[in-house]
Amino acid sequence: MPIIPLRNMTKGQKGIIHRVKASGELGRRIRDMGLIAGTPFQVRGRAPLQDPVAIRIRNFTLTLRNNESDFIEVEVDEDI
Amino acid sequence: MSDPGEYLIALAGNPNCGKTTLFNAITGAHQHVGNYPGITVEKKLGYCQAKGNRLQLVDLPGTYSLTAYSLEELVARDFLVKDRPRTVINIVDASNLERNLYLTVQLLELGIPILVALNMVDMATSRGIDINWEELGRRLQVPILPTVARTGKGKEELLDAAVDLAVENPSWKPLHISYGPDIDPVLDRMEREITAANFLTEFLPARWTALKYLEADEEVIRNGKETDFRLSLRLEQYAEEVTQHLQQTLDSYPEAIIADHRYGFISALLREGVVKHAHKADRLFLSDQIDRVLTNRFFGPVIMLLILYVVYTFTFRYSKVPVGWMEAGFSALGGFADSMLSEGPLKSLVISGVIDGVGGVLGFVPLIVFMFLAIAFLEDTGYLARVAYMLDRVFRTFGLHGSSVMAYIISGGIAGGCAVPGVLATRTLRSPRERLATLLTAPFMNCGAKLPVFAMLIAAFFSAREAQVMFLLTILSWIIALLMAKLIRSTILRGPSTPFLLELPPYRLPTFKGLLIHTWERTWQYIRKAGTTILAISILFWAMMSFPGLPEVDRAIYEQERASILAEAPGDVRPYLEGAGTPADSVKREVETYRERMREVDFEQAQAALRNSIAGRMGTGLARVTQFLGFDWRTNVALVSGFAAKEIIISTMGTAYSLGHSKRGEEIPLSERLSKDPSWNPLKAFSLIVFIMLYAPCLATITCIIKESGAWKWGLFSLSFNTVAASIASLVVYQGGRWLGLG
Repeated sequence: MPIIPLRNMTKGQKGIIHRVKASGELGRRIRDMGLIAGTPFQVRGRAPLQDPVAIRIRNFTLTLRNNESDFIEVEVDEDI
Repeated sequence: MSDPGEYLIALAGNPNCGKTTLFNAITGAHQHVGNYPGITVEKKLGYCQAKGNRLQLVDLPGTYSLTAYSLEELVARDFLVKDRPRTVINIVDASNLERNLYLTVQLLELGIPILVALNMVDMATSRGIDINWEELGRRLQVPILPTVARTGKGKEELLDAAVDLAVENPSWKPLHISYGPDIDPVLDRMEREITAANFLTEFLPARWTALKYLEADEEVIRNGKETDFRLSLRLEQYAEEVTQHLQQTLDSYPEAIIADHRYGFISALLREGVVKHAHKADRLFLSDQIDRVLTNRFFGPVIMLLILYVVYTFTFRYSKVPVGWMEAGFSALGGFADSMLSEGPLKSLVISGVIDGVGGVLGFVPLIVFMFLAIAFLEDTGYLARVAYMLDRVFRTFGLHGSSVMAYIISGGIAGGCAVPGVLATRTLRSPRERLATLLTAPFMNCGAKLPVFAMLIAAFFSAREAQVMFLLTILSWIIALLMAKLIRSTILRGPSTPFLLELPPYRLPTFKGLLIHTWERTWQYIRKAGTTILAISILFWAMMSFPGLPEVDRAIYEQERASILAEAPGDVRPYLEGAGTPADSVKREVETYRERMREVDFEQAQAALRNSIAGRMGTGLARVTQFLGFDWRTNVALVSGFAAKEIIISTMGTAYSLGHSKRGEEIPLSERLSKDPSWNPLKAFSLIVFIMLYAPCLATITCIIKESGAWKWGLFSLSFNTVAASIASLVVYQGGRWLGLG
């Protein structure tokens, strides 16, 4: 399965978190929200200016900025 | 807590889990909002009775975790370990169980006795989530009770269980989770050394401290260093070794591994039928359907502008009625004092100092009430999070946050707002640097008190282009505020943006009770905390404008002038000048002429007194500098008085131009006077408009900046920074204009 950064995912695409590369505060915040390796999620949409991105994960909706989603590597089902 | 039957109980939970709703349902009006000492995080205290015991409840700030990164988390953690509540009620959103249990696990790691309120079970059921909570409670080994905070369902049972736990008073039993083969051995070793040395064990369980060292928790490590420097260094050394090992073998960090295992622990808890989902994970619920419209690329921004406009209109239009009552009330009070007190400094102090001062404080109250109501509504429904989501890209460019828009608009981003509620509106921002930058730049917006001054100057010099100039001023204030924010964020508040990671909670209808409590508590806090300071400073300003008064010699000259006018008047006119009676029709015109002459003398005397006052002397002294901006002493003294409240600028200018005290809305005579004055021109007027737009916020705003930032220095910064910015802008406008031959 291909591994791509979350930033490159498109609306509606599903994936499984492969790795969170961030450390420090950002890494901690990302993990606190339940973005842990192996967690499935779906991209629900993007803000009108394409940033931030909204994802559905663990039964809630989380938004993160594109430069934050760069730190999250995702295994996607297949290229869409 | 020492009294038998009185227990301290804390409420902990994620943001949006219904914690505050539950707190309101339990304590009702018996609550009190304050601040934790020295910081701006709200501390909510409430009281209630259960099983014949008196419970003191503390609503901790909503947090996702117990790390040391945000003030909210630090406050929550400090409260738990230092104040040691007997019981923690951990509120958990039943439809969002996994992430909510992450905090629960951390509470259990700390070992503090908790019980879990499984909240919003009705919502979970409607979403097809079936939770076997008895089984979950057995696995977690803590009492779990289902609740619906909105309706108050389950709250009695919850409180009874909390009392049972408080009475039982079990000792702290930290939960031992396995964090895997890389962490566990070193954690055990660190725990043993910490226990042996009694290191920080007065407050913290040994294993928890060890865990925090592995997570590189700055706060715990700093405390550790102060307590036992050598042991602390050794613990850091262990952590460093594990970190290096993990980096080499797994390209990971201890804190990441620890978080993985916490979530792994949670998955294990929920396995084997504890949670059943009737629907697939990607099902669109009502809330998601609404979001497809409200955050749509095209309709989203349009609807948002509409909603922000409605909020603005609601805040300012509907508060006009009570504001009017207040003004009428205070002016009646002033009239009463006027008739009761004899002429002199005491009368002036009572009317211009105290009554106007208290009026100034309370005059903001209706605005603040409406603003907090509107914002609480947007926040509680979940829409405010969508606004932040949609606008973040724009505001981030300037070092701000998507939520900054609220403070800007309330402050006058749509011309006519007010910076006092605007500054208070920054409370919805949780990123400290972004919040401070927002509250320092929001006062650049064109508030309702600047507008009459602008209107007066525009009428005098730009009457042909009124609408265009007002529009230009609105745009200008936005551009300047955003650029100033960028400047502040790249200099004194330099630093990376706080991680965004914002949850979009499901749309919910707020409870009426919650909105009222929220609004009332914050308004009362404003009156109590800001009110007293504002009153004190406005009395100081009254003194600056009134003292030292005219010397006896000068006063005698004006008396002389009045006497000679009186002597000049024919015998049938004089009685009307001395008394207040209505003149007969035959002499009406003549009486009016003489009265006018007397008034002119009064106005000249008022002008002379103003020029001689402390404020007047400041204005005269400053004229040497401000001539480069195009301002003379009259403008200066008006600007000094405008620091008390911007709307006073007009009346002070009126006095300075011997036009008497023009009341609000009577700016026409001044406008005419200025347009005919040869020393004035459109360039000077525009320079003044720019200055008034940008210079020091009024004292009420400064006071709120101090209270909201928690530091005097930010109030003083705002005072000086804005005035310097205004001076530079006006200098550029005036000198540039002159260079272009405009004035």
